[in-house]
Amino acid sequence: MRKISIDKLNSLFSAIAENETLYLPVDTKAGAKFEKWHDGAVLSDALNTVRSAKDFFFPQTENLMDFKVDGKNIEIIDTREECEDFVIFGVRACDVKSFEILDRVFLAEPVDSYYKNRREHGVIMSLACTKPHETCFCGTFGIDASSPEGDIVCHMTGDALCMDAKTEKGKALLSRLDSLTEETDGKAVEEQKKVTKERLAKLPLASLSADSFGAGKTEKFFGAPEWKELSQACLGCGTCTFVCPTCQCYDIKDFNTGHGVKRFRCWDSCMYSDFTKMSAGQPRLTQLERFRQRFMHKLVYYPTNNGGLFSCVGCGRCLSKCPIQMNIVKVMKKLGGKEND
Amino acid sequence: MQEINRAALIKRASELLSDGTADRVLGWKAGEFDYDVTPAVFHSVEELEKDFVWGDFCGANFSKYLIKETQKGDGKVIVFLKPCDTYSFNQLLTEHRFDREKVYAIGIPCDGMLDITKIKSMADGVLSVKSEGDEVEIETLYDGVIKEKRENLLPDRCVHCKSKKHVSYDELMGEDGEVLDSGRFDEVEQIEKMTPDERFAFWQGELSRCIRCNACRDVCPACTCEKCVFDNPDSGVENKAAANSFEDSMFHIIRAFHVAGRCTDCGECSRVCPQHIPLHLLNRKFIKDINSFYGEYQAGETIGSRAPTVNYSQDDIEPSEAVERGGDNA
Repeated sequence: MRKISIDKLNSLFSAIAENETLYLPVDTKAGAKFEKWHDGAVLSDALNTVRSAKDFFFPQTENLMDFKVDGKNIEIIDTREECEDFVIFGVRACDVKSFEILDRVFLAEPVDSYYKNRREHGVIMSLACTKPHETCFCGTFGIDASSPEGDIVCHMTGDALCMDAKTEKGKALLSRLDSLTEETDGKAVEEQKKVTKERLAKLPLASLSADSFGAGKTEKFFGAPEWKELSQACLGCGTCTFVCPTCQCYDIKDFNTGHGVKRFRCWDSCMYSDFTKMSAGQPRLTQLERFRQRFMHKLVYYPTNNGGLFSCVGCGRCLSKCPIQMNIVKVMKKLGGKEND
Repeated sequence: MQEINRAALIKRASELLSDGTADRVLGWKAGEFDYDVTPAVFHSVEELEKDFVWGDFCGANFSKYLIKETQKGDGKVIVFLKPCDTYSFNQLLTEHRFDREKVYAIGIPCDGMLDITKIKSMADGVLSVKSEGDEVEIETLYDGVIKEKRENLLPDRCVHCKSKKHVSYDELMGEDGEVLDSGRFDEVEQIEKMTPDERFAFWQGELSRCIRCNACRDVCPACTCEKCVFDNPDSGVENKAAANSFEDSMFHIIRAFHVAGRCTDCGECSRVCPQHIPLHLLNRKFIKDINSFYGEYQAGETIGSRAPTVNYSQDDIEPSEAVERGGDNA
């Protein structure tokens, strides 16, 4: 494990940015946001960014290919380019876990080459939480906020940033920074983990249980009468899906440029009235079905297809951002039976 | 602190349920915390006593919910309306969007709501928020108990509250207030003073954060089209994402045009924006212009009023007087 004094953070960031584009959370008037590092950029001390880190690998919009039309000929232009290496600093444990959830979708056959390109070139420097919020419930899904995964796992311990490389990519980056950093035994990190774990155990949502959900529970929950009450105030906006680090649905559209076509994809939301619209219409006729789809996907369908892994990481963004304050915690408490009484 | 308390509202709603005036109540439902209150329909006294709340986080404007709710069943629905909500209520009635006979509207005074974003910016982890008089006590996870003046925690729309007066109700609980002059156009004037380049940069900065979640549109009581053009694949402008930054701006500007003359300035658009875009400023600019071009007009003040933008009189301002052509504005 290596460490660097907090007052030398800028030189660390500067050294990383010499070779690779570095992104880190900075404060903006609309909350913390991942931005490209520049000299003078100040690391945000917010617990988490407003938008999740999924944007790095699965951006809101991206061009897939172009078509050039010339008379009766259509030329297909592959717009893919090899992505440059980049580093994301300050990713929290919940968001790091979300990458695994997205990987299982985008890196399974047929592999999504657009996603894979960015994923392979990104190095994740995660940052352990020390002050989890009342809206946090990552522990419900087996995530330890005091000890995130990542290529390099970082802990901010009072006066120093401690860094532990966990993967080949991480080791390569950390060894390049050797001249700036010094070896440390990790005692401070262990001490911090202990304190954070105690804090995590005392959070208001610490006892939230996902035990009654999971693989193979479709029939148990699909027809539950509670969906009606849970969904009745839903506006049908896409806020929860767009701030969610694991929502991964997208739409593919053609944009007429006047000289041809740009085919792009963009985030879609199961909350929308035209989601998965087919020639026979939208298969989910009312907001109840659309609302149910989102939570069934997180708590039942995804686990069914992925060995029991839930596709919620308990980051709490939907708790903060839903305009009508309906969210997965309320759904789990309402439907989760005795475990959540 | 709110003048009327929860118990009084439950008592009155229970009486109206018992005497058969109405068969359900549109109200606010308690969440996990003090601040995560959800609109809900209550069918019984027991349900009200269990989960109904009224307090500093009951910002949701119920007027738009009445469109769908009044279509369910034959009985009346009781709805609690804050002063600003009553303007949206009237505007929707003007547009014939719901059946007035199916609603029993109770006006309740509002001392302004609290802005949870402002509260959260003061502390890590908010466990509870309690109001006592003009002071708010915030219990936090790591910063102990913080006391703050209520006026410092109001959302922008309440700082610039346009009215404490209810313009529509079947009955009123508590005292009615007055229409206020609280400088709601001050910020618009600041933006008007900018040079065109500064103004463009300001809005580009704000609107570039848009993630097209449509929360502003979906919550807006003036946006009640059965099918929004932006959701209709046949419209030619349907888009879940902007093809470029120009489109982001156009979405919001077109929406502001569409609600001009009908927007009551309830401020729900800015309240729900996850990216904190001050969308209400676009609407206020239209309201301010309408006021200066055609005389004072407040959408929703009365039922059935015609906005100057959909009315014609020979005294109407000529376009050449309204807009200066050429120069920097070209």
